[in-house]
Amino acid sequence: MSEGLSFHFDVDGEDFTSAGQASVQVKKDLRRLGLDPETIRRVSIAMYEGEINMVIHAGGGHAEVRVEEDAIYIILEDKGPGIADIEQAMQAGFSTAPDTIRSLGFGAGMGLPNMKRYTDDMDIQSTVGVGTRITMRVDLPR
Amino acid sequence: MTVKEFAAQYGLTAVAMPDGERDITGAYIGDLLSWVMGRAGSGDAWVTIMSNQNIVAVATLADVACIILAEDVQPDEGVAALAQQKGINLLCCSRSAYEIALSLQNAL
Repeated sequence: MSEGLSFHFDVDGEDFTSAGQASVQVKKDLRRLGLDPETIRRVSIAMYEGEINMVIHAGGGHAEVRVEEDAIYIILEDKGPGIADIEQAMQAGFSTAPDTIRSLGFGAGMGLPNMKRYTDDMDIQSTVGVGTRITMRVDLPR
Repeated sequence: MTVKEFAAQYGLTAVAMPDGERDITGAYIGDLLSWVMGRAGSGDAWVTIMSNQNIVAVATLADVACIILAEDVQPDEGVAALAQQKGINLLCCSRSAYEIALSLQNAL
C-alpha cells in the first residue's frame, strides 16, 4: 500500500442536496487502494457526517484524508461559527440544526456521536467565531 | 434473492436498477439518515419514506443492496437519475414499511 497518500476536497456549503460527494469519492479512492470494506465503511461514514455538519453549520469547508501505514486520518476544517460547548455537542440527540434540515432526515444530533463511534480517535478543536478543526483516526487492521 | 427478482416477485416498481443482480442479504427500516448510515448493513434492502437526493449518498456509503420507498412515496426530481448514475437500485411500492418487511422476510 502507498504510504502518506492524501486526498483533498473542498466541501461546497451552498448545496445541501449534493453533500456527500467528497465522502463517496473517498470511498472509491480507498477501494482502489484495496483497503478492507469495514475500514472503508468507517472512514466514509465518519467523513460524510463531518461533511454534512460543515454544510449545515459552517457554509462548507475543507477535508483531507491521509492514508498512512497503520491508520487513516481524516481532517475536517471550516471557518464556521465554532462549537461553544463541545461536550454538549457530543451528546447523542443534541442538535442545533434548523427544521429544514431535519425534514431532510438529518439534524437528529447523531453526527458527532457517529463520527466518534466509527473512528478510533477523534479530536475537536473549535473557537467560537473562528471555526472548527476535527481530526479523526481510523486504525488499519493488522 | 437478487433485487431484480424481489422487485418482480413482489410487484415493486424499479425507478432505477443499475445493479439488479445484487443480492439482498438483510433488511433495514428507517428515515433518520445518520441512524440508517450507522446501522444498516451491507447488502440490506433499506426501506424508507425519505425521497431526497441524500438517500443516494447514504445508500452508497452504507453499501445497501437497494432503497425501497414505501407508502407510494416518489423520489424527488433528479433522484432516480442520480441513483442510476451512482449504481444504486431504487424501488417504489405502495405498501407500508411493515408490509414490505413481511415480503422481505418471505423472500430471504
